[in-house]
Formats: sequence, structure tokens, C-alpha cells
Amino acid sequence: MPHLHLGAIDYAILLIYFAFVLGIGVVLKRFVKSSEDFFLSGRSIPAWIAGLAFLSANLGAQEVIGMGASGAKYGMMTSHFYWLGAIPAMVFVGVFMMPFYYGSRARSVPEYLKLRFDEKTRGFNAITFAVMTVFSSGISMYALASLLELVLGWNFNTSILLSAAIVLVYIFLGGLTSAIYNEVLQFFLIVFGFLPLVLLGLKDVGGWAGLTAKLQVVATQAGYANGAWSHSWRYLGTASANPMGVDWIGMAMGLGFVLSFGYWCTDFLVIQRAMAADSMTDARRTPLLAAFPKMLFPALVILPGMIAIALHATGGGLLPVGADGTPNYNMAVPVMLGRYLPTGLLGLGLTALMASFMSGMAGNVTAFNTVWTYDIYQSYIKPGRSDRHYLWMGHAATVFGIVFSVAAAYATTRFNNIMDMLQLVFAFVNAPLFATFLLGMFWRRTTGHGAFFGLLTGTLVAAIHDGLSLPHGAVPGVKGAYLGAALHIYPSEMAQNFWTAIFAWTACFVATIVISLLTARRKSDEDLSGLVYSLTPRIIDRDLVWYKKPATLAVIVLALVAALNIIFW
Amino acid sequence: MDLDLRLPLGLMFAIFGVMLTIYGIVSDRAIYARSLGIDVNLWWGIVLLIFGVAMLALAQRTARRRHDADRT
Repeated sequence: MPHLHLGAIDYAILLIYFAFVLGIGVVLKRFVKSSEDFFLSGRSIPAWIAGLAFLSANLGAQEVIGMGASGAKYGMMTSHFYWLGAIPAMVFVGVFMMPFYYGSRARSVPEYLKLRFDEKTRGFNAITFAVMTVFSSGISMYALASLLELVLGWNFNTSILLSAAIVLVYIFLGGLTSAIYNEVLQFFLIVFGFLPLVLLGLKDVGGWAGLTAKLQVVATQAGYANGAWSHSWRYLGTASANPMGVDWIGMAMGLGFVLSFGYWCTDFLVIQRAMAADSMTDARRTPLLAAFPKMLFPALVILPGMIAIALHATGGGLLPVGADGTPNYNMAVPVMLGRYLPTGLLGLGLTALMASFMSGMAGNVTAFNTVWTYDIYQSYIKPGRSDRHYLWMGHAATVFGIVFSVAAAYATTRFNNIMDMLQLVFAFVNAPLFATFLLGMFWRRTTGHGAFFGLLTGTLVAAIHDGLSLPHGAVPGVKGAYLGAALHIYPSEMAQNFWTAIFAWTACFVATIVISLLTARRKSDEDLSGLVYSLTPRIIDRDLVWYKKPATLAVIVLALVAALNIIFW
Repeated sequence: MDLDLRLPLGLMFAIFGVMLTIYGIVSDRAIYARSLGIDVNLWWGIVLLIFGVAMLALAQRTARRRHDADRT
């Protein structure tokens, strides 16, 4: 595809955005006096800011480009990643889990594991998480640079070094607050950069009615029922009836329960934003307030992909097509930007895209420097130093976290397979995590040995399940069946991922219970106060106005998301 | 935190709004063929300007209230 041409005003918008990003870092520098200021924003962020940052921190490459691509590839079913795979978990973490995260005064998710269980469980989580964040940030950077090279013809190295340098400067100066403030800027940039694209695209295809009519062509061409691209639930009865190759059990259990709760309820990258809130109530409201824009995001990120594939199928090849005849879905969003946005708005749209990649990277780096400094450096390498020393370490960790990310970005360009393998290993480590937290928070009998060996069992079962199954049409290797035999063939890679998660979670859940019952409890009820549901005094929000109570917000969020599921059934 | 986020947020979008509005007025109509003939720079510029100014006004109001509270 030909490169998009940018005008002077487009570059001006991009430069002004960079100036604001760096300026925020400079202004915030003088508020960073202690390690808590640097790593947790001094626990002083109001709920609406923490909420938007909670949402934006995971709005990196995967979300904007990936969800557009999925919208083109799978249609309306992609909305499950939001309405089923995010909102219920966000409500759960706000209402039930935040009291323990925030109330325990733990400074990170691994630190909660240390308070609740023991040192080895924390160590396992801290080390895997630290490695994971560096690689995610590297992958995000790699994705940004290759996209800019493809779409604008920019030099790959320049893009990597420029984005890394900007992120480095603003986090180094302002710490988590800087990252959070920039995530909020990025949230509004995405909304204002993508909304005109969606409105113009919808107008062009003749509104929702015109879009569904065109998507029928897409669906029938691919050999599915008419409405397969414009309904979220209707074709989930059997895996063969929809392009994802997943049935409703795999969808609800795998995505809706294990993967979604595992991510939103235990991943420090997002939890850190809520921990930075200025009070318990605001920490609990953070994910709940984030849920409102989150449930509308499919319109901004999935719809452009759906419009792109509709135009591709009916208007003669909008998307670039690969050698085997399949469209390059990843180009859906960039192609749409170039098609509808004139010079001026195009600059805004591209700035939004760059902002999302940089925030994805910044989110990982801030989570990394905190876990590294508190859970690895302070715990195992140099305990008992002054707060100043750890603040210094945080700055240093920001620098080498970014250096490692850049290295990871270049490793991705060289060894694509190694990246695939790493992501697979991360998936194995992550899948069982929610079982550990669920049991830890709601069953006081769970022991440290139970948690640790339960996690290992879950990870191992995930690896074994993947090693003995294969997605349809794939060859044994990174995609599965590396243990020699493919005992089960899944209709798609996604189905395999969902079932790997379900097996891992179940194994971890059962193993944790069994091992806990066999091992002695080391922590008394007193030790566990504030960490376990039954041993923590209930929070009564009596002095809050009814509409500000977390429980009220939770009910409203769930009612709205149920309505969306029914409307687009 | 002592920096009201609505200040930089409002300022940035107000600047973008002014830039796009002016550009929408002076730019050649031909570039709007791709946006279905609509001068989207002008219209969206106005939207961004309103959003930016609203954010600045909210930040201003909070600052004034805090100032008043400090004096009493």
C-alpha cells in the first residue's frame, strides 16, 4: 500500500502532543519526594483519573490495532472481549477484591501474595511478572515501529528510539503520576481521534443497517450464516457456526471467566492504577468508573474493523491481500484512517495511535520498576536501605527497564519464534493465577504451600494441555502438540487458548485446595485480617450519597452491559 | 497531587481545536473528498475547542474554590 502523506499541520499536532507529554513530566517532577510518590503517586489520584488510566493502561497495541483486526476477522463477536471478557471482572475487582489490595496497604500485587501466603509465592509472581512486562513493552514498541514504517515510511530505528526516549523522560521525571496523567491524555486522544473515523465510516456504509447488509456478504462469502458478522451470541451454539471457532461454553468459561478475571483482577499493570487512588472508596470506584467507557469502546475500536471488511468485500479490495488470498486484517485501522481522514484530522488520528502505543509501553515500565524495586530488589538484593535509596533504584529501574524493552523489540525483529514461545509461556503462567487469588481471598484455610504448588501445577497443566492439542490446520511446534501427539484438534487457535486456560485454572484450583488441606496453616486469623474476606470488617459506605456507592455503580454497570449483550445478541 | 490534570488536558485540546478550525477555514475544499465532502477539520475543530475550554473552565472553578477556602 502507498504511504500516507502527512501535511505540516499533522506534524504540528504530533509535536504539540510530545511537548505536552514531556511538559507534564517536568511539572510533576517536583512532587516526587519519596518512593511512594514515584511508584504509587503518593496514593493521591482521584477516582476519575485513576479510572481512565486503569482503562488506558491496557489500551496498547493489542487493543487499537488488534481489536480492529478482530472486528474485521470475526465481526461483532469481538465485543465479547469487552462485554463478557472485561466488564464483569472489572466489577468484581472493584467490589470484592479492591478492599484487600488497597486495605492491606500492599504496594504491589506480589506484595499482597507475600502478606497473604509466603515468600516463594511472591517471588514466583514477581519474577515472572517483571520479565513479562519488559517483553510486552518491547513487543508494543516493535509493533509501533513496524506500523509507522509500513504506513508512513518512517525509519524503524528512529521510531523505536524516539518513542523509548519520550517514555523514558516522562516516567523518569514524574513516575507513576506522569504515566497516569499521560494515560488520561491518551484516552481522550483515542476518543477524539477515532470518533470522526467511525462516524464517517458509518455514514459511508449507510449506518448500522447498511453495515449489517454489507456484512451479510462477508459472512456468506466465508461460508457462514447471514448474520455471523453482526451478532455477538447468536452463532455461539456450536464452534463450527462462527468464524472464531468457539462455542459458548469455551467463550463463557475460558474468556469470560478464567482469562478475563485472571487479567483484570490480578495483573499489577492495571491494579497499580487503582492502588494509586486517594481513598478506599476511590480505589473501589476506579475499575467501576472505568467500566462505563470500556463498554462503549467496541464502537471506537471494533467498528472500524467491521466497516473495513464490509467495504473490502463489497467495494473491491480495500485491505491489502496476502499471497494466500486472505486480507491483512492488521491493516484495517490504518487503512481506514487513510481513507477517511483528511490532512489535519489525520494528524490527530495518528497521534492517537502513537499515544496508545506509548502508553502501553509506559504502563509496563511503571509496573516493572515498582515490582523490581519493591519485590525483587528490596526483598532479595538490598533490604533495609533508606527510602531515598529505593527512590534512586526506581529511577535506575526505569532506565534499564526501557533499555531491556528496546532490546526485546529488536529481538522480536530477529527471532519471531522466540517471541511466540515467550508469549506462550506467559500465558501458561497467567492462566491459573486467578484460582490462587480467589482461594486466597475467600478461603482462610489456603496455605502458602498450597498457593505455590497449586500455581506450579496449573502452569504445568497448561503446558501439557497445549503440548497435546493442536488448532485446526496448524503444524506441531509453537502452536501445540510439541509433546509428540495431538490428542485433540481444536477448530481454532482461540478455542485452544480458551481451553488451555480452563484446564490450567481448574488444575490450580483443585491442587491448591488439596495441598492446603494436607499442609499446616502458618498464618493465624490475626495475620490474615485485612487479607481474607471472612476476617476483614465489612466496609459500610453509609456516609456516601447512594449514587456514589461502589455497589450502586456495580449494579448500573452490570445492567447496562446486559442490555448491550441483548441488543447485539 | 498539585497539578490539576484538566489544565494540560484542556489546554492541549483547545490548541488542537483552534488549529483544526482555522485549517478547516483556509484549507482547499478538495481535500474533503475523502471525508464524504464534509469539512471535518472545521467541525471537529469546534468540538475539540469546546471540550478544551470546558476542561479549562472546570479547572479554573476548582482553583477559585480552593483559593476562597484557603482565605476563610
